[in-house]
Parts: sequence; C-alpha cells; structure tokens
Amino acid sequence: MDWNFVIFSTLKILCVIFLALMPMVAYAVLAERKISAFIQDRVGPNRVSLPLIGGIPIIGPFLTRWGVWQPMADGLKAFLKEDFTPNYVRKAYFWLAPALTMTPAFLTIAVIPFGSNLGNQKMVIADLNVGILYTFGIVSLGVYGIVLAGYASNSKYPFLGGIRSTAQMISYEIAMGMSVIPVFLVAGDLNLSKIVERQALEGWFALPFMAQQQTLMSYLLWPCAMISFFIFLVSAFAETNRLPFDLPESETELVAGYNTEYSSIKFALFFMGEYANMIAASCMMVTLFFGGWSLPGLATPANTILAGLLHIGVFVGKMLVFMVLFIWVRWMLPRFRYDQLMDLGWRRFVPLALANILVTATVLLLLNSK
Amino acid sequence: MIVQRKPLTFWERLYLPAIAGGFKVTWKHFRRTLFGGDNAAKQTSKGYYPEVPWTVADGYRGAPYLLKDQDGNTKCVSCQLCEFVCPPKAIKITPPGDSGLKADRSNAEKMPLEFEINMLRCIFCGFCQEVCPEEAIFLQKDYSLTGLTRSEMIYDKEKLLALGGTNAGIQKWKHKLEEAKVQETFPVKL
Ligand code: SF4
Ligand code: SF4
Repeated sequence: MDWNFVIFSTLKILCVIFLALMPMVAYAVLAERKISAFIQDRVGPNRVSLPLIGGIPIIGPFLTRWGVWQPMADGLKAFLKEDFTPNYVRKAYFWLAPALTMTPAFLTIAVIPFGSNLGNQKMVIADLNVGILYTFGIVSLGVYGIVLAGYASNSKYPFLGGIRSTAQMISYEIAMGMSVIPVFLVAGDLNLSKIVERQALEGWFALPFMAQQQTLMSYLLWPCAMISFFIFLVSAFAETNRLPFDLPESETELVAGYNTEYSSIKFALFFMGEYANMIAASCMMVTLFFGGWSLPGLATPANTILAGLLHIGVFVGKMLVFMVLFIWVRWMLPRFRYDQLMDLGWRRFVPLALANILVTATVLLLLNSK
Repeated sequence: MIVQRKPLTFWERLYLPAIAGGFKVTWKHFRRTLFGGDNAAKQTSKGYYPEVPWTVADGYRGAPYLLKDQDGNTKCVSCQLCEFVCPPKAIKITPPGDSGLKADRSNAEKMPLEFEINMLRCIFCGFCQEVCPEEAIFLQKDYSLTGLTRSEMIYDKEKLLALGGTNAGIQKWKHKLEEAKVQETFPVKL
C-alpha cells in the first residue's frame, strides 16, 4: 500500500473541507448579509465582538463593525437552539434529508483542481479521468435532500417545495449537462485538470485572449463557449436554488419551502448546503470556462511552493468573483414564475444547448479537416 | 376592472435590459451605503435600534393587555369571547363559577377568576380587542416581550391589569346606570 498517497490524500481532504470549505461557507453567509444590507441601505451585522480582540484599538472596533465574528455567533446559535421535531413527520427521512443536501456539495469539490502543484502533490483531491461525469452524477443526488425534506415533513408547504425542486432541478440538469458538452468537444478530455491545463495554454474558453499563445481556433469557438457559459451559469442558479430560481424555497409563497419544519442544526445544514453548493458551482464555472488556477504568465503547473500558492490564490480569487455574482443577483432580480422557469429551461435552453453542440462540432470538424 | 396587458417586445423578452436596470439600481444603493456612509437608520432616526429605541406610532398593535375602567375596576366580565376567537389559543380564562367571585363594579355580574395570555403564542392579531363587548382588552404598544422561561411568558390577570392601565372608553355601563336611575322617576327627562 502506498502510504504516502493515503496520508497526503487525507491531509488534502481535511484541509480542503475544514480549512477552506467550511470557513468559506460561513463567510459566504456573512458576505451575503453584508452585501444585501448595503443594497438595501442597511448596515448588516456589526455587533458581535470577541472579548479580547474587540478591545484592541482601531482594529478591534473595525472588525466588529464589519461583522467578522458574526459567523461564529451564528454557528453557536445553530448548535444551541432547540432541535424541534414535529411529531407528524417521517422521522428517518426527516433526519436523513439535511445530510443528503450537505454531502453532495462537498463531494463535487473532490474533482476540482483548485491549484496546480504544491511540492510534488497535485492540488486536486481526486484526479478522476471522468471528472465531469462524476460531478453531474453527484449533483443529481443533491435533489434527493430537498425532495426527501419535502416528503418527510408531511406538511403542505414543504411538500410543494419538494415537488417544485424535483421538476426544476431535473430539467435544469439536462440543460446544464448539455451546455458543457462543447467544452469537452474542444478539450477532447473529461479530466478537469487536463481541461484547465489546456485552457492555460490556448486561452480560457470564455475569454480566449487570456492565453499563453493566441490561436485562431479559440476565437472562432468563442461564441459557442459564451453560449455554453451562459446556459451553464443560469442553470447553476437553478441548481443551487438561488434567486431568481429559488422556487423550492420561495419564502413569500411557501413559508420557507422544503425547510419549513426544520429548526436548529438541521436547518443550518440545509443553509450551509446551499452555500456549499454555490461554492461548488462557482468552482465548476471557474474550472470549465475561466481557466481554473491559471493566469497568462502563470500558465505552467507550478514547481515552486510560492507559485503553487499563487495558483491556489488565483483560483480562490476567481471563485470569489462568482460567489459575489451569486449573492448580488439574489438581491437584484425578482423570482421567476414557475411556468416561466420551466419554459426557459425546456423551450429555450435545451434547444439552444443542442444547437450549440452541433455548431461547435461543425466548427471543430472544419478546422481539423483542413 | 380589466388591466390591459401589453405583449412584451422582443427587447423586453430578452430579460437582459431588466437585469442591467436592476444592476444600476442595486449598485447605486450599494455604493451609497458602503462608500457614502449613508443608510436608512441615519435618515429616519438618530441611530441604531437597541441604543436608540424605536418610536412606536399610534395605532400600533402590540401585546394585548387588560384594562381598568375610570374607577379602577376590572372591565372584563369573563364572557370568554376572546378566548373563543383567539386563533392560536393564547388566552385561557378561568370563570368564577356559580358561587364565585362577584364583579368589583356595579352593573357587571362577574369577572374572571384568572385570565392568562400566553405571550409566546399570541400573534398580536387584535381579534380579542375586536370581539370584546366590554372594551376590556386592548393591543398596546409593547412589542418586545422577553423572558428567561416559558412560564414567565404567561401573563396572569394581575400582570395584564397592571400593564394595561386605565381606559375610560365610552363608559357604557355608567351611562346605562344613569339611564336606569333617570327612568325610576316619571316622567322621564333625559
Ligand atoms: S391578539 Fe390575537 S392572538 Fe393575541 S390574545 Fe388577542 S386574539 Fe389571541
Ligand atoms: S376580555 Fe372582553 S371578550 Fe375577553 S372575557 Fe373579558 S369581557 Fe369577554
């Protein structure tokens, strides 16, 4: 047995989950609260202060004013609140549902190359050669958490939320899956690390001028890539149940949708699941369309620790841009009506994605046959 | 009335102009609050909530309390209509029973032995105030009720009366009494 591999893999998993993902989820919630506050002329969390740090002049009050400690208070509250289980629920499923929402989001992160190399370790937890298929497989599991929550709650609003999410997530998964096929046609590989390496050299799919060497081909394929990206982006909003597509939750119609009956840490799991899903979706977009860890000039896999860290930083930076986009859109756009959502998914995006595949394939054929 | 719905133009159906418009509005507010240091609390009051308490407007429907009449007597006659109408069943009234407590005022037959409102259940809907034939219960201006235990949040008659204060209202029983007295003499001159 290769102990080196086992130890480093465990280390990578622990670091990614507990040092990166969980804090990111917590601070994504804070960012959401702050950004929404600013958009709505409010100030947002500005109270929580730690006894010793809060007293440090200048920095202490500054951190407090920015709500930097708020996620800790939120987390503590979620753990300490009364965990109320209504007595009419289907207990086993009721307990299972929050876990089922949280885990798929974490599992998708496994195949994302979040950096090139650090030392002699590749910065990806599982370098699968069917990366994207794995991702779509896992993402589809995410719907079970919500559907089960709706079913197990045994009450009407969660049930409606569950039904909506089934239809919504299944429809948009199709559009999403088909929207990325052009990317793989161009890259000729399903392995996400390979895709990133290709983009680093020949230009990001969504921004072909960010390239090490400019090629005509990436410019010719630019329109196709943009359509792919657009469909993927919109589907990602639908898949993560974010506004304008938050119909499973839609608090103005369904109380709180599928998580109406949940309280305390179980609710927090749904909540964190949503943010973890957003992070996963942002990572996917960065990896597939925006060149992952690469920047022009930093395009070759790192062989020093410093360059490795820089690559990770670049990746995280790009991902944060998408997180802000997710958050901003929530406070900008009103919710779609249910039939509009379905119409958009089936009658616009699915045909568009199919046509896009065809056009990309034709362009590739013409380019390669000359 | 029939609202005319104009079919959307192609440009509108693209959604994109609406998104751009939305971004313009949100960015304006975001910039003003983050960089301009301006916010709603600064514009509408002197500061933020716990330090600067909220000024409750007249007609606000806060917690329901029991009232006393102009002579300091209990107005409630234990008719239990409010208990019946209360949607979340927050009110629990113990009537005096056959040989029980007499009302502490004239013209009323009884008053409640115990009157409890569970403030954890109460939704401040105002149905009790609306249904009460005696104007004995009113939603008042308290909006922030706190307690450390659940039992602390069940307000009993004494507490409700103390918090409720006096409201003379239309004094229907005083007028009835005067009417009755006047009617004893003949011819009636009112
Ligand atoms: S305000 Fe509504 S909920 Fe509260 S005690 Fe009165 S009737 Fe009941
Ligand atoms: S408060 Fe009013 S409605 Fe309620 S029991 Fe007393 S008299 Fe009747």
